[in-house]
Amino acid sequence: MSTEVRPSIALNCPLPKLDFDVITMGHGSGGLLTHRLLESGVFNVLKNELLDQQHDGAIFHLEGKTAFTTDSYVISPLFFPGGNIGELAVNGSVNDLAMCGAIPQYLSLSFILEEGLPMTDFWDILLSIRQASEKAGVKIVTGDTKVVEKGKGDGVFINTSGVGMIHPQANVHVNNIQAGDQIIVSGYVATHGVAVMSKRKGLEFETSIQSDTRAVNHMVKELLDQLGEDVRFLRDPTRGGVATVLNEIAQQRKLGITLKQTSIPIEEQVEGACELLGLDPIYVANEGIFIAVVPADKADEALRILHLHEFGKQAAVIGEVVEDHPGKVVMLSRISGKRVVSMLTGEQLPRIC
Amino acid sequence: MKYLSEYRDEEITQGYLQALRKVVTRPWTIMEICGGQTHSLVKNGILDMLPPEITMVHGPGCPVCVTPLSIIDEAIALAERSEVILCSFGDMLRVPGSSRSLLEAKARGADVRIVYSPLEAVQLAATNPDREVIFFAVGFETTAPANALSVVQAHKQNISNYSILASHVLVPPAMEAILSDPENKIDAFLAAGHVCTIMGMDEYDPIVEKYKVPIVVTGFEPVDLLQGIYMAVMQLEKGVAKLENQYARVVHRDGNKLAREAIGEVFDISDRTWRGIGEIPKSGYEVKDDYRKFNARLKFQLEKMVVKENEDCISGAIMKGLKKPFQCPNFGTKCKPEHPLGAPMVSSEGACAAYYQYAGMKEEVL
Repeated sequence: MSTEVRPSIALNCPLPKLDFDVITMGHGSGGLLTHRLLESGVFNVLKNELLDQQHDGAIFHLEGKTAFTTDSYVISPLFFPGGNIGELAVNGSVNDLAMCGAIPQYLSLSFILEEGLPMTDFWDILLSIRQASEKAGVKIVTGDTKVVEKGKGDGVFINTSGVGMIHPQANVHVNNIQAGDQIIVSGYVATHGVAVMSKRKGLEFETSIQSDTRAVNHMVKELLDQLGEDVRFLRDPTRGGVATVLNEIAQQRKLGITLKQTSIPIEEQVEGACELLGLDPIYVANEGIFIAVVPADKADEALRILHLHEFGKQAAVIGEVVEDHPGKVVMLSRISGKRVVSMLTGEQLPRIC
Repeated sequence: MKYLSEYRDEEITQGYLQALRKVVTRPWTIMEICGGQTHSLVKNGILDMLPPEITMVHGPGCPVCVTPLSIIDEAIALAERSEVILCSFGDMLRVPGSSRSLLEAKARGADVRIVYSPLEAVQLAATNPDREVIFFAVGFETTAPANALSVVQAHKQNISNYSILASHVLVPPAMEAILSDPENKIDAFLAAGHVCTIMGMDEYDPIVEKYKVPIVVTGFEPVDLLQGIYMAVMQLEKGVAKLENQYARVVHRDGNKLAREAIGEVFDISDRTWRGIGEIPKSGYEVKDDYRKFNARLKFQLEKMVVKENEDCISGAIMKGLKKPFQCPNFGTKCKPEHPLGAPMVSSEGACAAYYQYAGMKEEVL
């Protein structure tokens, strides 16, 4: 079944002695319990010179053009194969900054904890936040912790906001996209969504599919270092998947997009799970890949750069921007039939049969 | 993927398309029964690849689409009772009832849960003895065996807080209803492979005999569908009507005996109303009297609801193959997957949703 390894075990970093083994309303009161939780928990784990100021906010210098983003994370289950809500919350905002062409620097971190959350879960989430922020090279510099009554939350909700300086060579904007540009996806699609679904209550199936949650900022930086403005557009296909991002591009830019089904990289297990559940992988959520739009004559170079990176081995050109059918994404099926790929309506619901 | 990629092979599909072009001499109208087949035809772009002589019409084989408004209202009424946990397959949740969908009922506080198997609902009943767990048993002959087993299991384990709201429908009576419609223009059928996996093929012999119509039991992948269409066209061109099996790797003449026994243990054949088509005699399953305490209709003394379908929806004509989704004035305007007027726009297997999702708003897009 699950191959999930808790960070507290992986890092040999057990939970420090606290007064309670679950989160209580008192931990959000602002009093002694809050103080202890922050001191021995949050501040201790996420230690850095800006957070150590323990001010109402972080004070730092920013230079030049800056990107600023925010995102909230609500996921069930909190721990899933290949990750947990903590690293998701770091990687998500890091990746959003990277998609702006920015170099992520600082994050804020706000918890809404549900009364009764096991302290060990909170501890593991904190540790993986530390791990993820170290990997991404960002600092958590300010934050907040609130507790809601049991039944009024889903264990943990996290909000992170982030700032980062725009890469000096970057000019990432949907308006830069031209007909003829190539669409690159940086890795296997649908992995995260299927990994999470495989552990949802009632649907547990035997699989070794791991979420691909990770920060892609280093990979994006390499791309920007070498291709500069030729990286015309970047977007991470999280909720709604690849299909939704491409529809957004087609509609905003008033150009068409053609996709080739056989070029879309997907792991065999993931494809099998999608078949079983009646899901279309191009609508399934991703957390560790991005879409890049580059001019046709730069596509090979972009692929070469991505293929050198450990997370970019499966990168592939999956389609092209075209003048035809503006606003629409058309996919060439495996058997060379054509179909329109539309926006996802609501949630993908598993089929009856 | 083994056993799938072979049936999605471009060369083989092109081979069948070429063969079709060679043999077809005049217009033929073929109905694929199952929504899964409709989905695959549209998703793979097959409709536009077929020779112009061949018209595919999309049959009533989407369980979500044919579940009548009154039963959805029943499910919602049950779900809104405070003691009830209503369990359903995912794609029933968005189907609009006369005032709201199960999804909206859930948002207003009803305890509606998506399950992937009825046995999960039985387990939920066992772990929640103070609640009443009802499984919304929707589907064709394909889902009936598992639903029947859930009742048998609850009975064996003495779980008294489990019941099902049955809305099962059967394929052969629907085919007969379509064939006996004076407006019928179907020349041949692709029968639903999965239904035949359970039920076998025998029940189609009398239909072939009576209506002199070719029936080819067909699978769901591009190669399956094109081979099925080819076999049907060959029969039509030769002027014969036979029952053939394209999906022999899965379907056996006798079907699945154990599954049929489970159905026979729990269900009786009953009359059933089909959304958009109306009442078809002996076209559904209802829980047998022996298992009446597992029948949610009786347990909660549901009164038969009389509700009117939305008059703007032409789902009946769509499901009988008399009209194409594009011919509906509300298609893509008043009726979209996010605001469906009728069920064929809800499920991805419904003809309207399949056209909307994959063929775009208008035909000329492609």
